[in-house]
Amino acid sequence: MFETSLTLNDLMFMLKGAGVTLMVTFFAVTGGTLMGLAFGVIRAQFKPWVTLPLAFVLDIFRSVPLLIQLILANAFQAIAGYGISPFVTSCIVLALYTAAYCTEIVRGAIAAVPAVTRRAARSLGLTWRQDMTQVVFPMALRVALPSWIGLTLGVMKDSALVLWLGIIELLRASQILVTRLQEPMFILLVAGAIYFVLSFPIARLGAQLEKRWKEND
Amino acid sequence: MIEIENVHKSFGSLKVLKGIDLTVAKGEVVSVIGGSGSGKSTLLTCINGLEPVDSGRILVEGVEVHARSTDLNKLRRKIGIVFQQFNAFPHLTVLENVTLAPRKVKGMSKREAEEIAVKQLDHVGLGDKKSVYPSRLSGGQQQRMAIARALAMSPGYMLFDEVTSALDPQLVGEVLDTLKLLADDGMTMICVTHEMGFARDVSDRVAFFDQGVMAEIGPPEQIFGDAKNEATRKFLSSVR
Ligand SMILES: Nc1ncnc2c1ncn2[C@@H]1O[C@H](COP(=O)(O)OP(=O)(O)OP(=O)(O)O)[C@@H](O)[C@H]1O
Ligand SMILES: [Mg+2]
Repeated sequence: MFETSLTLNDLMFMLKGAGVTLMVTFFAVTGGTLMGLAFGVIRAQFKPWVTLPLAFVLDIFRSVPLLIQLILANAFQAIAGYGISPFVTSCIVLALYTAAYCTEIVRGAIAAVPAVTRRAARSLGLTWRQDMTQVVFPMALRVALPSWIGLTLGVMKDSALVLWLGIIELLRASQILVTRLQEPMFILLVAGAIYFVLSFPIARLGAQLEKRWKEND
Repeated sequence: MIEIENVHKSFGSLKVLKGIDLTVAKGEVVSVIGGSGSGKSTLLTCINGLEPVDSGRILVEGVEVHARSTDLNKLRRKIGIVFQQFNAFPHLTVLENVTLAPRKVKGMSKREAEEIAVKQLDHVGLGDKKSVYPSRLSGGQQQRMAIARALAMSPGYMLFDEVTSALDPQLVGEVLDTLKLLADDGMTMICVTHEMGFARDVSDRVAFFDQGVMAEIGPPEQIFGDAKNEATRKFLSSVR
């Protein structure tokens, strides 16, 4: 029969790591989505050349490997003596990284709302704000959701990179156990299963919403 | 009353309106006909301030549409517009489409707005489609819903931009009937249309647009029977 020296304590250790993963992901996705919303609206609202500087900065966050961003940001804050913890640094970097992708998702989804629909809204006397909140966002949400779910799941997996700043999240916790117990296959299997359990509800929620919206089409 | 005085409008270097003068009296129905690209749609979008003008002015009930001091969101409550392309709010039911503006713009309660919406939907023959989403409607039904949605704001003026030209031929009639009903009710209307029969039967006056200029305007009998302008005659013989 199958035997393992993985104890309940060890499993708790992994779950604690998973908690950290979940927390980093939550802060990164929440912050990144809020920023992405604001930047995306700005990008959709103004002429491309006006938002060029913004687009340029976001492109940097999208093209430089996340690991490099994390290490540089951590080194920078240490040199500058900000005294920000690695956890907070990680959340900020990941949030900016998320924001960079989310901006393009939001911009694209807003652009997908037909101009004539927006004209209809404005011609009824709705203000720009009301047009945005009552018509554009609900319509754009349906376009953006699949990409946004994909982004969120991606960030959850990418958040493993924060272990390089010494944070013990799920993957790092697993590594520690692998080193100690010498059971890489089994422990990584458990870690993978935990990642799956974390991702599954988000993916399901997305599928559920899409299905509900489809019924109206 | 809508007063359009010497309105010029360009998109970049393209001159789309070259000095339009037109006054539409309360209760009057004016049809606008003319070739593609002659500036008909542009004129309508200028009237409710969706597009700025380069020069000249447009007054709606004495309020200058493009004056800086004019609150366009307020002015637009008086001017309903229906477009050629379908433009339902797809995430809202038919009833919600119609109640959105009365609630958000006029601040009506849900019940008040629904009362008005139901009346308007019955009026355009969509009383049984209230809880349906727009994607379930035919093109003709979508256009009638758009008309009800505009009417729910109790506008004093209605602008129609070729509301039947995206429709299958067999659906055109039901929408034109709705417009006729409105005209009979005394609504002030400007109808851009390719339906010459409609223009002839329903309008008080017909205006012919040619390359950004209002080449001719007059009662339908005159425009269709005895057009003075060469371009008008040519256009009419081409659409017959
Ligand atoms: N937003 C815009 N930007 C640039 N050009 C435009 C815009 N809207 C209209 N035009 C151009 O202005 C001209 C007049 O357009 P308009 O839509 O007013 O014509 P129309 O008389 O309504 O034609 P149709 O019968 O085809 O609807 C066209 O050449 C069109 O390409
Ligand atoms: Mg047009």
